[in-house]
Amino acid sequence: MLKIDNLHVKLEEEDKQILKGVTLEVPAGEVHAIMGPNGSGKSTLSYVLSGRDGYEVTEGSAMLGDIDLLELEPEERAAAGMFLAFQYPVEIPGVGNMTFLRTAVNAQRKARGQEEMSAADFLKFVRAKAKDLKIDADMLKRPVNVGFSGGEKKRNEILQMAMLEPKMCILDETDSGLDVDAMKLVSDGVNALRDENRGFLVITHYQRLLDHIVPDVVHIMAGGRIVKSGGPELALEVEKNGYADLMETA
Amino acid sequence: MAQDEHTIVKEGVEKETVDAVKSLGDKYKYGWETDIEMDYAPKGLTEDIVRLISQKNEEPEWMTEWRLNAYRRWLQMEEPDWAMVDYPEIDFQDQYYYARPKSMETKPKSLDEVDPKLLATYEKLGIPLKEQMILAGVEGAGEVPADGDNSDRKVAVDAVFDSVSVGTTFQKELKEAGVIFCSISEAIREHPELVKKYLGSVVPPTDNFYATLNSAVFSDGSFVYIPPGVRCPMELSTYFRINAENTGQFERTLIIADREAYVSYLEGCTAPQRDIAQLHAAVVEIVILDDAEVKYSTVQNWYPGDENGKGGIYNFVTKRADCRGDRSKVMWTQVETGSAVTWKYPSCVLRGDESQGEFYSIAITNNMQQADTGTKMTHLGKNTRSRIVSKGISAGRSNNTYRGLVSMHPKATNSRNYTQCDSLLIGDQCGAHTVPYIEVKNQSSRVEHEATTSKVDDDQMFYCRQRGMDEEEAVALIVNGFAKEVLQALPMEFAMEAQQLVAISLEGSVG
Repeated sequence: MLKIDNLHVKLEEEDKQILKGVTLEVPAGEVHAIMGPNGSGKSTLSYVLSGRDGYEVTEGSAMLGDIDLLELEPEERAAAGMFLAFQYPVEIPGVGNMTFLRTAVNAQRKARGQEEMSAADFLKFVRAKAKDLKIDADMLKRPVNVGFSGGEKKRNEILQMAMLEPKMCILDETDSGLDVDAMKLVSDGVNALRDENRGFLVITHYQRLLDHIVPDVVHIMAGGRIVKSGGPELALEVEKNGYADLMETA
Repeated sequence: MAQDEHTIVKEGVEKETVDAVKSLGDKYKYGWETDIEMDYAPKGLTEDIVRLISQKNEEPEWMTEWRLNAYRRWLQMEEPDWAMVDYPEIDFQDQYYYARPKSMETKPKSLDEVDPKLLATYEKLGIPLKEQMILAGVEGAGEVPADGDNSDRKVAVDAVFDSVSVGTTFQKELKEAGVIFCSISEAIREHPELVKKYLGSVVPPTDNFYATLNSAVFSDGSFVYIPPGVRCPMELSTYFRINAENTGQFERTLIIADREAYVSYLEGCTAPQRDIAQLHAAVVEIVILDDAEVKYSTVQNWYPGDENGKGGIYNFVTKRADCRGDRSKVMWTQVETGSAVTWKYPSCVLRGDESQGEFYSIAITNNMQQADTGTKMTHLGKNTRSRIVSKGISAGRSNNTYRGLVSMHPKATNSRNYTQCDSLLIGDQCGAHTVPYIEVKNQSSRVEHEATTSKVDDDQMFYCRQRGMDEEEAVALIVNGFAKEVLQALPMEFAMEAQQLVAISLEGSVG
């Protein structure tokens, strides 16, 4: 599904190499976790894959199925099935959450040549999805992320993911700022979306999220590269010993 | 942010954005013109031209004198230069002051007699002049999309094409309710007692350079009178279309809401796309008596000029409501998206005790557009209230200024004003300016002013795009959110149109 090959990325504004040859493959139906210390390039990888400005790919490739992601605008990548759950979801004052969701869903449908969803169908759809995540009607009416608590923001990201039904989901430190209960809600939301046609890339600092969202593969990223890959036990090892040992082998 | 090939594109501005902006010139939807035979008065302005306009409108002597007095006064006045707008000097002798479709020489008795070309023009603009069409559900004082609310609300329309009123719909039904809604030229002939009493009583012929010019040469416009205790049975609207070249449009609107009356009035405007700037200097006067209420909404979509500031309408407009009666109320709502230059301050004179004035405004400027707009709230009566909500959106290389005066006179005790003034910037080459003037001359009144300036930031844009919206959809969504309070103040018929207009005016503005 997602195939990243020897990806080199530098900042556009300054001569600073962030990713120095990332190679990674997430097959459909699998959940891969990326762990690593601050500044290892985890978030950069998520931004580059989703098309944020400010980065320059100097070498390598990133494919979603047979689609070359790096050729596409962010919205085209989204329509192709790429979804990023933001570490810091953005506030959009005055725009109702529901309006935002509907505009997004219909924009993607339009881009894929599908008919737009009617207001009534959409309402039914969003209510059902919101219920699973314990998102109440009030939260759907409030402006996007404005005045939301940390937990509400992250649940809202998962709601968007559920509504947009992407092929490939990247979760960028979705556990940051969550208490135990909120983490459980969010994880349940993610687990409900796991299926054989969908891939996940879960970026996190801490092992605890991976107790809830159990990965098939864990990658350790350091200095802009994947330095080690393994099963879920790798995450436990990191939790116990820290990254220092692994970085030496890099 | 339009650039030619030799310009160095600023950092962070993508090639596609630049291309998108370049193609903006073609985006003004109403830029076509109607090929129709016109009857012009000779170019330039003299006493003879003023007399000619008066004569063409078959006006009585007192009206001709009124115009001539204004003209003589105008000759002694100077064009104001305090606004933050910059435009080449206007040669007032190089304009046509009167243009009328030839077919309108003998006044059509009813809409059936109107030149089909004219009707087709309005149909193309989405303005229903045929009552049966409206009744059949093809309704709306703008374009209500097919999936909009298909309630059987009716809107009566007065359509002004260049200098003359083409026709007014629903005259009969309105007459039954006692409402007078007709062109101002007709009102001068048919209802001289009302016109004599109120014309110039809110905006005197000596008021300001443009209003005085208008008083001398206004050719047509709308007249509304709502008798005591009557709630106007439908929305009234006037649709202004400038078609002829080198022609100024000087319309005059006079609205009178007698005691306990109510009316909601809508105004829309468009013009063809031309390289040469055109002048529009309108005057709107509203008189509101005891316990009466008027809502006046404008969606102004004059041609804004091309991406380099060539052409477009120069819009110098004086709009004022006089809350003459106790507990009278006025609400101005404006969505300003067009014009190359806008100079416009819809104002409220709160003369009656406990009278209320509200002003809701969205002003959008893109490319080289300049807007200097705002309001004046003059509190004269006791316990008067006013509220100002202004949302300015600047994109491209445009400049957008809010200028507002809140004045509490000595007798306006226990009065209140609340002003909220927000500016949104798109890109890094535009400007937003806020110039509030506040005068309080009594101890018991209170004035509040809040102002913010923000930017459509890259994070918001990326967030929307990651969810699948393209740049233009994203900007439209963010801007509509920013302007929500004002959009909500519009009548439903206009709100949908205004939202779409916001999107269209900002196409290609991202960078």
